[in-house]
Amino acid sequence: MLRGTPFHARTAPLCQAQNWRRWAGYLAASSYELTHEREYYAVRTSAALFDVSPLHKYLIRGSDAERLLNRVVTRDVTKCAVRQVMYTTWCDEAGKAMDDGTLQRLDEDVFRLTTNLPNLRWLSDSSAGLRVTVDDVSDSTAALALQGPNSREILKNISDAELDELKFFRLTYARVGDIPVTISRTGYTGDLGYEIWVDSQHAVRLWDVLLDSGERYGITPAGILALDVARIEAGLLLPGVDYIPAHRAIIDSRKSSPFELGLGWTVKLEKGPFVGRAALLDEWRRGPAWQLKGLEIQWGSLEAVYREFGLPPELPSFAWRTSVPVYVHRRQIGYATSGCWSPTLKKYIALAHLRSAYAAQGGEVAMEVTVEHERKRALARVVDTPFFEPERKRA
Amino acid sequence: MGAAKRYDAVIIGGGHNGLVNAAYLARAGKRVLVLERRHVLGGSTVTEEIYPGFKYSVLSYVVSLLRPEIIRELELPKHGLEILPLESTLTPLPDGDYLVRWADHDQTRRELYRHSPRDADTYDDFGKLMYQLAFAVKPILGIVPPDPTSLSPRDLLSLARIGKHFQNLGAEQFYALCKLLTMSSADFLDEWFEYEPLKATMSASGIIGTFLGPRSPGTAYVLLHHYMGEIDGVFRAWGFPRGGAGAVADAIAAAAGRLGAEIRTEAAVQQVIVKNGRAVGVALDSGEEIRARKVVSAVDPKLTFLKLVEPRELPSDFVDAIRRYKIRGSSGKVNLALDDLPNLTCLPGRGPHLRGAISISPSIGYLERAYDDAKYGNFSRRPYMDIIIPSMIDPGMAPPGKHVMSIFVQYAPFALEGGWNDERREAFGDVVIDTLSEYAPNLKDLILHRWVVTPWDMQEEYGLTEGNIFHGELALHQLLFMRPAPRWADYRTPLKNLYQCGSGTHPGGGISGTSGRLAALEMLRDS
Repeated sequence: MLRGTPFHARTAPLCQAQNWRRWAGYLAASSYELTHEREYYAVRTSAALFDVSPLHKYLIRGSDAERLLNRVVTRDVTKCAVRQVMYTTWCDEAGKAMDDGTLQRLDEDVFRLTTNLPNLRWLSDSSAGLRVTVDDVSDSTAALALQGPNSREILKNISDAELDELKFFRLTYARVGDIPVTISRTGYTGDLGYEIWVDSQHAVRLWDVLLDSGERYGITPAGILALDVARIEAGLLLPGVDYIPAHRAIIDSRKSSPFELGLGWTVKLEKGPFVGRAALLDEWRRGPAWQLKGLEIQWGSLEAVYREFGLPPELPSFAWRTSVPVYVHRRQIGYATSGCWSPTLKKYIALAHLRSAYAAQGGEVAMEVTVEHERKRALARVVDTPFFEPERKRA
Repeated sequence: MGAAKRYDAVIIGGGHNGLVNAAYLARAGKRVLVLERRHVLGGSTVTEEIYPGFKYSVLSYVVSLLRPEIIRELELPKHGLEILPLESTLTPLPDGDYLVRWADHDQTRRELYRHSPRDADTYDDFGKLMYQLAFAVKPILGIVPPDPTSLSPRDLLSLARIGKHFQNLGAEQFYALCKLLTMSSADFLDEWFEYEPLKATMSASGIIGTFLGPRSPGTAYVLLHHYMGEIDGVFRAWGFPRGGAGAVADAIAAAAGRLGAEIRTEAAVQQVIVKNGRAVGVALDSGEEIRARKVVSAVDPKLTFLKLVEPRELPSDFVDAIRRYKIRGSSGKVNLALDDLPNLTCLPGRGPHLRGAISISPSIGYLERAYDDAKYGNFSRRPYMDIIIPSMIDPGMAPPGKHVMSIFVQYAPFALEGGWNDERREAFGDVVIDTLSEYAPNLKDLILHRWVVTPWDMQEEYGLTEGNIFHGELALHQLLFMRPAPRWADYRTPLKNLYQCGSGTHPGGGISGTSGRLAALEMLRDS
């Protein structure tokens, strides 16, 4: 049976659309309103509230916690200060990405790792011989993401946290009324935003306080459809969509390395031994075969493709998550994995895996577009991600 | 910045068209200067904080017609333009019922069905036809209108292209287009729908900005004009610019500035300087003279050709045409700062219906009667109103928990019997509030501040002759190659090196920017 998250008692009555999708065995609202448009705009203009409780969460404790994590993930965990958060990936021995997530250092010897896929076995197996315990706290820890320009004001009004001092990718402990919470300045939207971590038993009360005091700032419960557009604009990857996690891939060619995913910056080869280092070092020397880049589909070209049929361009009203071929001349040189019309940038954008020879910034490629049952191609420019990065994200 | 500095072009008026014009000229490497009379840019596309903490979109308040190519070419999103969806239209009715058209198709259909099962079906068919027509007519709005009397190769080619375009339209759509060009919006809608509040609310798009009633022929075209807006590829979509209308002007100004255009506020142009039959610059109120190779006027045709240029520099038939140009203002605007949200009798409480437009248009008869008052020199005793609560769409428009309300009101004739004065202005404001209070009884208790703008104020403060929001009526006889006058619809003027780029040129009206862009492209052809 799929289950509701700890917020289900509140989210279920709000979900007018009655459209739920699955997320790690939980029900997650696609959108609360009948259309997701306004929920998306809340992310960029006021504040959107996402229930992100289905994330897998692991608590890693013990004097060897740092050693364990430094052995598993690609970032240098010794550089992670207490109350710092690191975005990281982790790889198999072949240097292929298994998953990605955020690592919060709650205390010297206490970490919380959030992941997209279950990672308990991987973490437990890697901890053999170390003084460390790994607990799956996915069910007992509820999480909300409050994202958007008004998110800080809302949280300031309800908590005792010093949010003006809280920097990007740092966390703080605070109280909302009498509810103890952890607030991290993180998110999956590329905007100013926070994630609030709370014991599941307090979840509903926290929700009520947030919605009540957030109303004046336009707080808007938002679902996965809105999140998907925001995360593509922010150039953030979705495992299982934008890449196949290594241990889920049936054939090797489906796997990607962090270098191939544009996540080379998370790979700290110099930190010493960690899982996959040898293979990654090798790849670093010869350069990745693929690169994950942004595509901006050129309007004039898209318009021309549709004009052939007497139609104006039909833009996707949702983010799509299918593999779409990308060409240079007649040759397929890659594939896009997700894309959307960006309502904020007024551009049609996509994330794509391109062979490195064709991945230079500013290069021109062509993406397949199906118009009236026919496969056509629209020109697209190769760009670096993120597509959208407002100053307020880090300010 | 003395008289010695010479510009390639100086633009009179820092409204959205003037700014678009400057941006395109600057983009082509020209040295340009925009001169705005007021202390703030935007002209009628302006946000002003008259009451502290509350931002009013003083005049224009929604956006839809802003051309996507301008957004793209000037990279306006990068310069701060954000357009938020305006999702619904609510028509509260005197009997306590209501009609809402929502963002969701099924929800709208169910609501229409409640009032008229037939109209619920018709609505989709009508939507399809308007979509087809808007798609068909749209290209004409984006080109310099060809003159059918001209034998120049360019005009002939352009006419041939349009002819071919209409051949592709199909007979049924072509006939529908002819009806749209000639009928009244009430008659046109009567052919489709039966539910009175639906017809009335839809017909209101046909009267906005005109001195005509829904039963006046020609208003169906204005209806179509309002269907030609598009946001993100969706026709007939209307949006609210984050930060109010002024944010559109600010984004265009930022783009123009980045491209190298100079912009000055509080620089009122008094006269276009003419030497040997050519415009050579402008003289400011301050006495300062600014020289330029070209002068562009973004203000309306009457102001341009009857005030800023000496009539003797222009051919008399042209001056006569401009004198006859219809520019009767018919609308007013009331902006309110509110302590809380209004409570509507028909749909009590705070709900999604307050995030869209609220239209006071219960019946065609109601609108026509509102027009009758204006015909005889009075403001409507029961006016048509198009209302939005911007702070519900962008909470930044008012302090947390507080709200602003934008009320577009028609009719308020410029030529009010006895003339406009402070007392009449407030009387007009009272009529608006009284009428609206019939639908939202708590409104009066919520008003913290009220800002009433009459057509007279629009002329005196915002420089719109006779307070006409479109720089001249969108009537067939002054559209396309007749706007603003025959033979001078290509953004040029009888005075050499003087150009026009305001809404008084094709395609005119609304925050579209097309006039500014096309004028710039024509100027670049000449240079």
